Amino acid sequence: MRYLPKSDFERREMLATIGLRSADELIAHLPADVRFDKRLNLKEGVSEFEIVDYFKQRAASNANGYASFLGAGVYNHYRPVIVDAVVSRGEFLTSYTPYQAEISQGTLTSIFEFQTMVCQLTGMDVANASMYDGSSAVPEAAMMAVRITKRDKVLVARTVHPEYREVLKTSTQHQGIPVEELAYTKTGRLDLDDLKKKLSDQVAAVIVQTPNFFGLLEELKEIAPLVRSKGALLIVAFTEAVALGLMEPPREADIVVGELQSFAISPSYGGPYVGIIAAREQYIRQLPGRLVGETTDAAGHRAFCLTLATREQHIRREKATSNICTNQALLALMATVFMSIYGKEGLRELAEQNLAKAHYLAGKVTPEFDGPFFNEFVARTNGKSPDQVNAELAEKKIIGGLPLGRFYPELKGAMLLCATEMNKREDMDTVATVFGKH
Amino acid sequence: MTYPENFKYTKEHEWVLVEGEAGTIGITDHAQSELGDIVFVDLPKPGATITKGQTFGSVESVKAVSDIYSPVSGEVTEINDKLSTAPETLNSDPHGAAWLVKVKLANPAEINELLAAADYQKYIGG
Amino acid sequence: MIKKVSRHIVQNEPLLFEQSSPGKKGYQLPALDVPPVDAEQALGKGHVRSEIEDFPEVSEFETLRHFTRLSTWNYAIDLGLYPLGSCTMKYNPRVNELVARTEGLAWAHPYQSEELSQGCMEIVATLESALAEITGMDAVTLQPAAGAHGEFTGILMIRAALEARGNPRKKILVPDSAHGTNPATAMMVGYTVENIKSNERGMVDVEALAKSMTDDVAGLMITNPNTVGVFEENIRKICGVMHDKGGLVYMDGANMNALVGIARPGDFGIDVMHLNLHKTFSTPHGGGGPGAGAVACAKVLTPFLPSPRLKRDGNLWRWNYDLPQSVGRVKAFYGNFGVLVRALAYIMAHGSNGLRQATMDALLNANYLRTLLEPHYEIAYKAPSMHECVFSDDRQSAKGVRTGDIAKRLIDYGFHPYTVSFPLIVHGSLMIEPTETEGKKELDLFADALISIAKEVEETPELVKTAPHSTRTPRVDEVTAARKPIVRWKPESTASKAAD
Repeated sequence: MRYLPKSDFERREMLATIGLRSADELIAHLPADVRFDKRLNLKEGVSEFEIVDYFKQRAASNANGYASFLGAGVYNHYRPVIVDAVVSRGEFLTSYTPYQAEISQGTLTSIFEFQTMVCQLTGMDVANASMYDGSSAVPEAAMMAVRITKRDKVLVARTVHPEYREVLKTSTQHQGIPVEELAYTKTGRLDLDDLKKKLSDQVAAVIVQTPNFFGLLEELKEIAPLVRSKGALLIVAFTEAVALGLMEPPREADIVVGELQSFAISPSYGGPYVGIIAAREQYIRQLPGRLVGETTDAAGHRAFCLTLATREQHIRREKATSNICTNQALLALMATVFMSIYGKEGLRELAEQNLAKAHYLAGKVTPEFDGPFFNEFVARTNGKSPDQVNAELAEKKIIGGLPLGRFYPELKGAMLLCATEMNKREDMDTVATVFGKH
Repeated sequence: MTYPENFKYTKEHEWVLVEGEAGTIGITDHAQSELGDIVFVDLPKPGATITKGQTFGSVESVKAVSDIYSPVSGEVTEINDKLSTAPETLNSDPHGAAWLVKVKLANPAEINELLAAADYQKYIGG
Repeated sequence: MIKKVSRHIVQNEPLLFEQSSPGKKGYQLPALDVPPVDAEQALGKGHVRSEIEDFPEVSEFETLRHFTRLSTWNYAIDLGLYPLGSCTMKYNPRVNELVARTEGLAWAHPYQSEELSQGCMEIVATLESALAEITGMDAVTLQPAAGAHGEFTGILMIRAALEARGNPRKKILVPDSAHGTNPATAMMVGYTVENIKSNERGMVDVEALAKSMTDDVAGLMITNPNTVGVFEENIRKICGVMHDKGGLVYMDGANMNALVGIARPGDFGIDVMHLNLHKTFSTPHGGGGPGAGAVACAKVLTPFLPSPRLKRDGNLWRWNYDLPQSVGRVKAFYGNFGVLVRALAYIMAHGSNGLRQATMDALLNANYLRTLLEPHYEIAYKAPSMHECVFSDDRQSAKGVRTGDIAKRLIDYGFHPYTVSFPLIVHGSLMIEPTETEGKKELDLFADALISIAKEVEETPELVKTAPHSTRTPRVDEVTAARKPIVRWKPESTASKAAD
């Protein structure tokens, strides 16, 4: 097998050193009733050419070269070439978690930059080295709020991504943390009356998303005082990081969670992505996951290391802030390179282009909700069902928006459309045509 | 390091100094030396109730956390604020400036079950 | 004598923010083909930010140079051996990187129609099936994002199964040698944890287990081979003890690199387990992630697997959400698909014979190192090692030198340290796992290094205690980092020092 760097001669030499005559003696101590003496029922190993070809064939039975108007938590943004040039370096790709600071300053420094940029982007004081993804960051934030407030209830807006809400439920169901959903109004945004009704002294946190699942911006300036008045924490989530290039960040939040997939992470059929969790200064010791801190080395130079490890599972074990071990270092690096390349002005311009594209498209169909939106919006497909519209678009090699009926039965006749800087005007015109104006 | 005669000790390496109905609690020199450089101390708030034998906080070094077990039961009247900005005091002066909490004892008789200085010293093999 | 490394100059590099200058650009966007929109008009004045304060402004080449220089400060598997026990740092095949970037796969959106996603779904189905075969289990889910996430999923499934029988029970048993994620996970599923002592062979004490196994116990989390690299020879009996009283057994698959092709957990009684695709199945560690935590289970638990699951509908794959007993969703979408592609490519490259050969070479390498090192370091347990061996620093601590110091001195010899101070049942442990992708030369250099260090401990212990000496960055002040955490750069940062 070509990845195994030993000749049979070397194997024999090594066995002799150990004092064995054959490799089988290495497993002779295994009880007979556990040994698997058959052959695994798998094909034999194939050549590199065949591997590449296999995946090419699979890709060929996937959509190829289609324009896409899907968003809903995963966004099509251009990936600068520099990103892969950096992450393909073996020193980044194949390095281990930076527990040994002296030989991991590359990783540690870039994570420190990542943490800094996440704070700058979100308006928070501290951020960790990343979470698995946006969806799993939400329950982590909820658990943080429960620890901090010592209350146990969580309220979550229905305008938070449906799958994120599912993950929240699954993760909290056995921790004595009841989760209740908050309605939205006919403007497609959080129903403040419902919030007022459900807030109480038992509520640890209120979770909202902005831009929300329907693409609309929530009014945090109205939501935050209500939440505070009951001593609960405000958790704000986002799925479209590009919005933060232009949108006032959620400074009113106590904890911010989100997804940075938009920053040079391929959609890749659902993962891997990179989540973030950020918070106000005083909550730093309640953050889950890895944290990189600045310090000095023995020669007095600035250096970085993993810090506050006592929060984590490998030390605190059953009392840890979370069981999380891995962070998404390589993807966090992709996002860091992306943020560096675009920079302050670039992220803004990118966001402005997204805004323009989506508003152009929205002008040609009829958005369902009246309110400020970024690069996504809901539109009814009057006369045809969303599936019919998508079928017609597919014939034109266009992937249409997400039919909402599966998540919001009350929006069965509508779809969620997203337009980014990668969508061309002519394709948007086609979508408009297929929609037809009614 | 000598262990003050007027302190009482636990097998979990806490000490308590009782003066009438008031007690002052800390961790022993042995404990701080096992932990290494202390980086953080987690204490309850004034007004909290603590119970003999149960944990009421923790002490952290870079690579370890140690729960603090209460030698007595009572109500926390004061906590040592200095430790939040200078946790290293626990390393340098664990029996003096780095006391953790002061309590109003609920049951002063509890201290009879604790170790005297000589017994604690023997227990840790000193 | 240090043979593997020599001194070399390495570039310094400040933080990006420290090279930022207003107006520097690293990007160019195409011209808009639609009318621009005024942000304040569209969003409302209160919703538009004036700027992203202190965000860097650098050019493309500076960015590339910045990260390139940073990369030269890292050790990596591409540079040499990582003897980290239970981490399985093996070669990350480059073809895996290529195929993961195949356009139709990399740009697939999880919500595109099933008809347009058949390629992706076929890959998921194929990997599920291969992992089921390798583990001897009945079904696999690829939804969890990492090992700990997989553990959470598995224990969640155990709870659901017991709830379906009428009583979820209260406790999970965890050996005292277990990885920290195990007890942390049990707590997240609403269980309390009871530790089971290891016996003098480093294995689970079956009698202690039988005594602790009551009707209050939902299950046992066991690692096999365990964290001292030793096969739990009583595994069948252990599973029997648990099953007899209605409990279930979870296996932490972190050490699967010792078993592929030679033993199958499903065959010896495990009910559910996770696999770390970034360990056994070669997907890159990337400095700390991403991973993927596949979960495989026996028939008794298949109804409880996370939703959705793949099902066949004529010639098509479809996602089936109609799973009434499922524990629900543990992650948005379907799993870390990009990582799954790499794991499947790895399996394809090896095939059944290759996988077995890889395991045998992993065992050979670990035992070879053990033989070379046993004269110099105290082996923690006499039982035969599988893919990793564990020593304690007993002999060296007599000279005041601990495992952490030896680990740091190993850096001067050009290696990444082994796993220090884990598992907790070994005092001052050195846990060493070479994996199968190390050649004899690298292993000999490693053994020579550790033997040389053992000699240094005898003759010049201070040299070891103050190591490393040759790195660009000497020992780092972790104490101050924890006492006064600084986790972001700020413009008025005073901690910056010269020569960075």
